[in-house]
Amino acid sequence: MKRGYYGDFGGQFVPELLMPPLLELEEAMGKILKSAEFQQEYTSLLKNFVGRPTALTHCQNLSRELGFNLWLKREDLAHTGAHKINNTVGQALLTKMMGKPKMLAETGAGQHGVATATAAALLDLECDIYMGATDVKRQSHNVRRMELFGAKCIPVHSGTQTLKDAINAALRQWIANQRTTHYCFGTAAGPHPFPLLVREFQSIIGREAKQQFKERTGEMPYMVVACVGGGSNAIGMFHEFVNEKSVKIVGVEAAGTGKPGCTNSAPINLGTPGVLHGMNTLLLQTDDGQILPSHSIAAGLDYPGVGPEHVHLHDTGRAEFGMVNDSQAINAFQMLCQKEGILPALESSHALAWAIENKDIIPKDANVIVNLSGRGDKDMDILDDYLAQHGK
Amino acid sequence: MSITTLADKINDANAKGRTALIPFLPGGYPTKEVFWKEILELDANGADIIEIGMPFSDPVADGPVVEAASMKCLDAGVNLKWIIEGLAEVRPQINAGIVLMGYYNPVLQYGLEKFAKDANAAGVNGLIIADLPFEEGVDFRDLLAENEVALVPLVGLNTEPERMKLYANGGNGFCYFVSVLGTTGDRDSLPEEIKVGLKHAKEIFDIPVALGFGLKHPSQLEQLEGLVDAAVFGSALIRHIDEGKSSAEFMKVWT
Repeated sequence: MKRGYYGDFGGQFVPELLMPPLLELEEAMGKILKSAEFQQEYTSLLKNFVGRPTALTHCQNLSRELGFNLWLKREDLAHTGAHKINNTVGQALLTKMMGKPKMLAETGAGQHGVATATAAALLDLECDIYMGATDVKRQSHNVRRMELFGAKCIPVHSGTQTLKDAINAALRQWIANQRTTHYCFGTAAGPHPFPLLVREFQSIIGREAKQQFKERTGEMPYMVVACVGGGSNAIGMFHEFVNEKSVKIVGVEAAGTGKPGCTNSAPINLGTPGVLHGMNTLLLQTDDGQILPSHSIAAGLDYPGVGPEHVHLHDTGRAEFGMVNDSQAINAFQMLCQKEGILPALESSHALAWAIENKDIIPKDANVIVNLSGRGDKDMDILDDYLAQHGK
Repeated sequence: MSITTLADKINDANAKGRTALIPFLPGGYPTKEVFWKEILELDANGADIIEIGMPFSDPVADGPVVEAASMKCLDAGVNLKWIIEGLAEVRPQINAGIVLMGYYNPVLQYGLEKFAKDANAAGVNGLIIADLPFEEGVDFRDLLAENEVALVPLVGLNTEPERMKLYANGGNGFCYFVSVLGTTGDRDSLPEEIKVGLKHAKEIFDIPVALGFGLKHPSQLEQLEGLVDAAVFGSALIRHIDEGKSSAEFMKVWT
């Protein structure tokens, strides 16, 4: 396979001015990530700061109702309330060891921004977070959290003023400040080596899940399921299982309202091949190659592209990618609250909803692990708005 | 037309003792109606090469002025087909070399082979793709060259001589040297280290070297005597047009 590619997808479609920092990062990954010093420090931070390993919960009540065994990998229990912290603590430590005093990052809903600001505060790094102006308004709570941690949150007023524009702004700033700054990319997408770097830090999810499941049952799960926006929690869950051929792998994209032709966030199901943010991948775009706005009720899935490795897993048939609409996700969200006492993020609710909606094709008593990538406290306002609009 | 047209245009200007001038305007700016008139005016007033921007929704190498101008063009319905067909019509009246500049995805969706053929037929001499570094672009460079279109290499202050050599080997058109570590948009001063980078580029490339990003006034070039064969200016021209002034007037300062 070509360097930095997953089958036909991936690559490094960036201005030449970004090639030196990408090459520098790749070299640093080779030297630093495997070092005993890094490994020791990172492992200690995951345990003592992030709170790993996160639990693997067997949902007794829902399992009875659904007819298969539902297990949740509880990333909602990680510090800051989502899997994002696995990546940002790793990248912050890498930044430190590369001798750079500053990180910058993009954020959509603000989860990655908060996780980056958290890691920056811990490791005494300066931190600038770029966030679409629309998202700044929608997620003021997360902006406040970033600022409390000492990060600067910079609203982006260009384009659609959402995540994709925040990535553009962050890439621009990285061009200008590459000598002193590391770009802490938030998902397993973007130019090589970011998909690889983010997978490296998120694959702890699948490694733990596999080991925990084996200790509890002595077996391999029948299936693992995760939601896919950019795809970092999903690749984190999937990576350890890709070579376990008996395990089915399911990624779940956000279908928006689910009406034909609606604005969605499902490029693997509904997009076409193209190049954005440094990668060749599947995109929501016009025939002219202009990028279309995306939408999902789950802000963290709201992105018109997807990490290249997922496209490859789809192409080769190793993973299946389904779709779940807003209303199905809301239903799963409420069900988990009521039956299990767990408040899931709307993103993770998409993964859960897929398992619920497809219960008839899952064999009786099969073991299904759903990655519960984050907690849903942040989604209370969105839930209330949705219920009010739909007269519930 | 040939693959050396762009280098020839710059060399001709240099032979007359002046720096070649390369104005940039996004396709369809300020409006679709007057755009081609602006291009003809730039041509008639001293442009040696004209860069036409291919607007893209996510222009990661551009600053706010070019981005806002590009969005306006997209909103007006400008696409590659409009630019290429319009150019084919007016090309016989234009003396300057023509370069299209933009991002990879719109070209990819147009179809790489179809683009190379149509661009050549419309009289395009060169192409600049801001997000296509050497590693990803080498096959497309060959395909364009077969169609007499140069893929113009972009290098900058952080491009080591070793990477410049990658681009120089088989590179054609001209070398576009980016004057700042940043995006398009004019600056009051250029960084000191620029001389070192330009010297490397002059030594390594056989083709002429053009300086772009950050230019707003000819006086910026005075200290770079002998290191710059051509100057590209975009944001300053867009701002000038936004003020309701003519392209001819803008070119006067530079010629």
